[in-house]
Amino acid sequence: MNEQDVRSLLEIADDELVLGWRDSEWTGIAPFLEEDVAFSSIAQNEIGHARALYELVARESGTTADELAFDRSPGEYRSSILVERRLLDWEKTIARHYLYEMADAQRLDELMQSDNPEIAGLAAKIDREEAYHRMHAQMWFDRLRDEPRFTAALDELRPLLDAGRDEHSPELTELWEEMTMVRRSQPAGTKW
Amino acid sequence: MIYEVFRQERKGQPFHHAGSLEATDQTFAEAYAKEFYGRRGESEALWVVPREAIIEVEDFADELNRNYHRVDGYSLREKLKEARERAGRALVARDR
Repeated sequence: MNEQDVRSLLEIADDELVLGWRDSEWTGIAPFLEEDVAFSSIAQNEIGHARALYELVARESGTTADELAFDRSPGEYRSSILVERRLLDWEKTIARHYLYEMADAQRLDELMQSDNPEIAGLAAKIDREEAYHRMHAQMWFDRLRDEPRFTAALDELRPLLDAGRDEHSPELTELWEEMTMVRRSQPAGTKW
Repeated sequence: MIYEVFRQERKGQPFHHAGSLEATDQTFAEAYAKEFYGRRGESEALWVVPREAIIEVEDFADELNRNYHRVDGYSLREKLKEARERAGRALVARDR
């Protein structure tokens, strides 16, 4: 695995971890019960994907998935600003979901072509679950495509796809505080 | 709209009612049905049916109480008991 591989795997892992957290913020308060269950399950999948990707990188670099996920400082994350945003409007959440899934599909397609069989294999596994996410995003897109508040949300969020990964929003730091609070409450190496 | 979901556990087995869900249209109903009743590998197939499409029948008139039309109308245990009693009486009568 070369440096570029590690870099792109971490980008995806960080995106999936942060988006998983953001999506899970809808658990219990989604617009209706059925969607609450479906969206929470998608959030859980994303965190599962992040874990698998971190594990792959961790084996290469002699660390652990948890250390990669939680022991870096916010500035070291490679996530996109798109997933960092704390979106409390459903139309914006769905707009992000749609934009993210479409971009993620392209990225996974490239990983599936990797010469490294471990990377290609994991990407294919993840893609089989993402296919369900894409279907879910597409059905919401089809439903809301003529809603002005939805198209406005798409227009607002689309530029964030190309915003780069070196700059992060203050929202990532807030999320990081929350996400690592329990872990930081104990000395490193504590077994839970 | 409410949809009723029926679940088949293994190929060839009958579908059993699994539960219901609310969805705005068929696409959403399908997605939620998969999510609720299929993602843990617990189903071979699902039937997703709008509740309105189900014809419910629950009015079964039996004014004259013709219980012999029913499975439970002929109680084998009671008939056996009667028969044993009759046989018992016959034995007593013979021994006398």
